Amino acid sequence: MQEVNSIKKVYSVSELTEKIKLLLEEEFPIVWVFGEISNFRIPSSGHSYFTLKDRFAQISAVMFKAQTRNLKFQLQDGMSIVGLGRISLYEPRGAYQIILEYAEPKGAGALQVAFEQLKRRLAEEGLFDSIHKSIIPLLPGRVCVITSPTGAVIRDILNIVHRRCPGLPIEILPVSVQGDTAAEQISKALAIANLRASSDVIILARGGGSLEDLAPFNSEVVARAIFASRIPVVSAIGHETDYTISDFVADLRAPTPSAAAELVAPLRSELQSRCLQLRQRCEKCVISLIQRFRDKKTFLSRALMKPLKQVQELNLRSDDLTHRLQRMLRFHMQQYNARIRETRHRIQYNSPMNHLNELRYKLNNIDGNLLNSIYKMLSEKSNNLRVAGAAIAALNPISVLQRGYSITRTKPDHKVVITSDAINKGQLLEVELYQGKIDVSVISK
Amino acid sequence: MAKLSFEKALEQLEQIVREMESGELSLETSLKKFEEGIRLSQFCSQKLEESEKKITLLLEQANGAIKETPFDLNEDAISDPQR
Repeated sequence: MQEVNSIKKVYSVSELTEKIKLLLEEEFPIVWVFGEISNFRIPSSGHSYFTLKDRFAQISAVMFKAQTRNLKFQLQDGMSIVGLGRISLYEPRGAYQIILEYAEPKGAGALQVAFEQLKRRLAEEGLFDSIHKSIIPLLPGRVCVITSPTGAVIRDILNIVHRRCPGLPIEILPVSVQGDTAAEQISKALAIANLRASSDVIILARGGGSLEDLAPFNSEVVARAIFASRIPVVSAIGHETDYTISDFVADLRAPTPSAAAELVAPLRSELQSRCLQLRQRCEKCVISLIQRFRDKKTFLSRALMKPLKQVQELNLRSDDLTHRLQRMLRFHMQQYNARIRETRHRIQYNSPMNHLNELRYKLNNIDGNLLNSIYKMLSEKSNNLRVAGAAIAALNPISVLQRGYSITRTKPDHKVVITSDAINKGQLLEVELYQGKIDVSVISK
Repeated sequence: MAKLSFEKALEQLEQIVREMESGELSLETSLKKFEEGIRLSQFCSQKLEESEKKITLLLEQANGAIKETPFDLNEDAISDPQR
């Protein structure tokens, strides 16, 4: 303690800081460091501030705008980087930090990281959304190919297009497909194709290559040019296993340039036969439909014929019945007439007048007869009377008496005596004479 | 019909054939559809026949204009192995 006191040297903060700053900056003028980024932020100045850390320590880091711009990728939280920088001390805050001049992602290559970052950014922006994907026309009127005018790719595409769809017009927009100017050329070609608007589909093609070779197709400028294209874009970059940003933005990704040609150029013969087939189906349909309606019509006509026939039959029957009715009517009329005549006849025949006449006749007859018989009877009777009169006259006892006969009667009972047996001797008798009567007695018998 | 694309025409044709094959159309409608179908199939055939077999190379000239030149596949395009 005493020793310390004896050699005691008191620094001002500034002095001390100055000493430390010198120490640090001299000791670490340039240093490689690796660590993980955290607390990443970019204030309005545009410089990048973050903390580099590992499991046990951390250090503030800064990368100025100018240096950041040179990076092929973007610094971000969680990223492990290897950075080259120098240690610096910021006196006002007594804080030291590393000022990075260069950084690269640790592990994956910078290009890979840049790819992933751009991919994520564009995806978030919606450039890959299926809603923006246009449909590739089935039969394009013209195909635009943006690729290198030399090499196998264009040759393959042309061959395949012409094999599948002979005569399909193609226009080629030649571009470099690698190198620094490639991205710009490609995006310009896309713009030209859209400006011309003469093609219905664009094939953006390139043969296989390293990630570096494919870099133009992973560039933002090409991605945006594809996105801006109103003409559908089919991307065919590299081999089947290669995926580029262009593939994600494009309306359709073809695994290879040849596949792109096949996707874009339909098999004409197939389409032709499909078209023909549809036409035939159409014709067949209408023919069978017409036949069906014709059958229906025939059936309905027949159904209509039936009532017509029925009507005709009914007409015949009606006529027949009318005829028969008339005949019957006439017959009945005749019968009735006959009956009427007969009845009239009978009536006339049986007329009470007839009867009356008859009766009158009869009566006349009867009258005549009656008169006759009466006359007859009368004459008979008068005859009889005369006869009887005569008889009577003859029988008249008076006349008999006149002629001298007498009538003897018993006395007093006046019984006519016609035999002597009826009287007895001595009996008193009355004898009637023509004039006068005498009484006598029986002396003998 | 002025700006009918091939696939639109083919699609319509297919739709018409489906409708006709359903057999649910009136005679009048199906005849109309048939007429339309034949028209579409003619259109499609015509589109398929159209062939001018033209390959052009579009080259930008110094003044920025685009010049169309015939593209010959058999020349340097094939001989040059570089992609």
